[in-house]
Amino acid sequence: MIRRFARKPVGVAAAAWLLLVLVCAVFAPLIAPYDPQAQDLPAALSGPSGSHLLGADQLGRDVLSQLIYGARSALIGVVCAVATWLVLGVSLGITAGYLRGRADSAISRTADLLLSLPGLVVLLVVFSVFPGSLIVPMLVLGGLASAGLIRIVRSVTLTVREDLYVKAAQVLGLSQVRIMTRHVLPRVSSAVIVQAGLFAAIALVIQNGLSFLGFGVVLPNPSWGGVLGEASQVLLRSPWLLVAAGGVVGLTVLAFVLLGNATRDAWTEAWAPSQLSSAPPAGRGARAARAEGTAQAPHADTSGGVLTVRGLSVEFDGPRPVVSDVSFSIGRGETLVVVGETGCGKSVTALAVLGLLPAGARRTAGTVLLDGMDLSKCSRKELAAIRGSRIGYIAQDPMVSLDPNFTVGAQIAEAVRRHSRASGRTLPRKAVRDRVAGLLGSVNLRDPAAVARKYPHQLSGGMLQRCVIALALSGDPDLLIADEPTTALDVTIQAEILALLRRLLETRNMAILLITHDWEVVAQIADRAVVMYAGEIVEEAAAADLLAAPEHPYGRALLACDPVRALPGHRLPVIPGSVPVPGAWQAGCRFAPRCAEAEQKCSAAPVAFTRTAAGHFTRCVHAEARVQA
Amino acid sequence: MTRLIVKRLLWSVPLLLIASALSFVLLSLASGNPAAVILGPTASAAQLRQLTAQLGLNDPIWVQYWHWLDAALHGNLGTSLIDGQPVTTMLAPRVTISLTLVLGATVGASVLGVTLGVLAAIRGGPSGRVLEVTSVFGFAIPDFVLGLVLIEALAVAARVFPASGFVSFFQSPDAWLKSLVLPWTALGLGVMTIVAVQTRDAMREALRSPFIRVLEANGISRRSVLFKHALRSAAIPLVTVVGIVVVALLGGSVLIESVFALPGLGSALATAATQHDIPVVQGVVLYFTLIVVAVNLLLDVVYGLLNPRVRAA
Repeated sequence: MIRRFARKPVGVAAAAWLLLVLVCAVFAPLIAPYDPQAQDLPAALSGPSGSHLLGADQLGRDVLSQLIYGARSALIGVVCAVATWLVLGVSLGITAGYLRGRADSAISRTADLLLSLPGLVVLLVVFSVFPGSLIVPMLVLGGLASAGLIRIVRSVTLTVREDLYVKAAQVLGLSQVRIMTRHVLPRVSSAVIVQAGLFAAIALVIQNGLSFLGFGVVLPNPSWGGVLGEASQVLLRSPWLLVAAGGVVGLTVLAFVLLGNATRDAWTEAWAPSQLSSAPPAGRGARAARAEGTAQAPHADTSGGVLTVRGLSVEFDGPRPVVSDVSFSIGRGETLVVVGETGCGKSVTALAVLGLLPAGARRTAGTVLLDGMDLSKCSRKELAAIRGSRIGYIAQDPMVSLDPNFTVGAQIAEAVRRHSRASGRTLPRKAVRDRVAGLLGSVNLRDPAAVARKYPHQLSGGMLQRCVIALALSGDPDLLIADEPTTALDVTIQAEILALLRRLLETRNMAILLITHDWEVVAQIADRAVVMYAGEIVEEAAAADLLAAPEHPYGRALLACDPVRALPGHRLPVIPGSVPVPGAWQAGCRFAPRCAEAEQKCSAAPVAFTRTAAGHFTRCVHAEARVQA
Repeated sequence: MTRLIVKRLLWSVPLLLIASALSFVLLSLASGNPAAVILGPTASAAQLRQLTAQLGLNDPIWVQYWHWLDAALHGNLGTSLIDGQPVTTMLAPRVTISLTLVLGATVGASVLGVTLGVLAAIRGGPSGRVLEVTSVFGFAIPDFVLGLVLIEALAVAARVFPASGFVSFFQSPDAWLKSLVLPWTALGLGVMTIVAVQTRDAMREALRSPFIRVLEANGISRRSVLFKHALRSAAIPLVTVVGIVVVALLGGSVLIESVFALPGLGSALATAATQHDIPVVQGVVLYFTLIVVAVNLLLDVVYGLLNPRVRAA
């Protein structure tokens, strides 16, 4: 933790400055060249000179000495305020979040009240009770500001208390206080550290603002705010005073903020090493394999469909390949299903077709043909016009697929208006409304007009997914891309949605590209299926053939894991290991490290995509050998 | 929605009561006897006793508060101990000035901050870094120090704006604007950078929501996705930020009014607090709390209008 901190130059500089301020405060009589109250009238407002390094004020008092002594009241004030703030904020925040119930509502209500009082105003009232006091107003400031910290700590505690280890501690019978101090407190720390830096800065500004106004520590007692007050009076004659005092206050405030940020960063790095940075860089072998792979002509017939993808490769910044040399084709009235585990590049393939790759990802090779038009050559604007009108898109979780701030109808209407405008017509309001109702009716929603008026949070998951499908159909697309459209739904709803998609396919003369990891979806809707592993296609076949006899060991293993097919009384099989992260793919067969049938030759060279039967292709050395035999 | 507003209005009653009672009790603890402040140092002990009794200062504190509250509900906030002027008459013109200062700075900081934040979220990269660095500096320079620097640079050295004072809008709109530009800037600049950073984060968060991809994939234009859907989602947390900004700027206005010699509520409070002019302090606290309550109510309504889940409740 300390070593990590030492590597942050900004944090170190901030800490050094604060240390300097601390040393000045403690050893002020030893360091300061003059008594801060000693007047040297001839030197008044002299500006920096040999005898007064930072000049002198109206009465000839040495500015440097005043600033050095002023560090004392500044630090004492900040420490008092931050200590009060921390003690109240953390203890009340954890109590409210952990105990909930009455304690929570009492504490939260009080915090709300404190937050709506302007702090400086209250402090001025406090000053009229304790004139000239340094400590009391800062304690009050800490108490007032703790309301903000209470809120933050409370919300963190609310999440932490649901964590398993806290639940376990409760079951073990540890006392409430012990759980709060030993288990909840450490988790709250990182949020508190940054806030502490910010609050120390705010406290310093407020304290100096008050002494600037003439409250608290006032002249002739030395304080930073006092020098600033002096500076404002002599601004015309000597702007230098403002530079010196303003600079010291500004630097110290900056140091508090930056120290807080740097500590937080060091803290988070120490406890949560980045997952991504631990991934090994793309090996030379992987890249060589990709280059060779691109050179190989795809075997599957990829012409004449609604959508034809040829040799598609996508890379993330790094460069890390995530999809390599993917080819497939979908004809009108056909459903192609892409199967594979999470992280195999299925969704990235779909997004590449839509031209909506996330920031940092780009297509490095390949073409995407929609009815013969090459989308990879289209401009952003042309692609935007194609989305929605030629291609519709359905995402995984219907609960978050629509804007929660607009009614379902408004969102579909927006799409309808845009599509009609694109084809040169501006529909009147009534026509738009009818079209929206028609679309919602076509996805089997009863009372479409009522559904259109609902907000997403007022509808169930199944109804919402129908609404998303209606949105996707609003431009009469030729291709519907559905990325795990049933994963987030109940089993009965899943079947209904798949049946709806099948009916739409029959009535609308379009094609469907559907992504899933669920073999039941393949069985229910697919005409053809493609199995993807580690960014490439390892098998392609008619759905019935694939389900009956998968050729590739990965396809077989994946099918064996399907819980629906599991034999009662037997342990559900799993594929050992996990999908390699992009960039960590080995040369040759990427599945070999997890494959039960792997041999030495599997990892030797890239494996060709071989035709094993009519319409059945596999990327496996064993299948290759069988065909040749 | 109506229920929400009524609920909020009811909640503001205890807030006003507690805030005014708190400051009333605190002020009565103050060392100075108001009677002594009125009579000055030459008063005899008998005079002092008589006036103390006459002002009701020997009553228990809650009786005194009740008298104040009763009068306040009838529109009477007492008279200044220093010049005998009714507090309401004294503060009326100052409320306008303080509101102009604080609301002007809030609106300016919000509009500019949101614009910069949206730009940083869309452009990302270097402009985001620049925003991050400037926001740290914007936060680090105390508003009153910035005010002094602005006076030095633009009023003393360059003579573009007046260094201090306030001109009524009805006297000369041009001079009114000029007298407010520097105070607005000093008060609002730091807050603007904070609003910008919050906007950028809220926009980024919104742009990561799955519905953004679904809408864009189904043909909603990029412009509509950014400015209608993403910005709308981002605006909901920003309303809360603006609420905090207003409270912070009300506090900051006390210093800024003193720096620029603006005759607002804040400078009245600063003066009254040094002079132990308790009725004036009490009056200013009440006005400030009223402003906070009104602003929060307004923001609650905006929040409800933006967020259908709240509106339905």
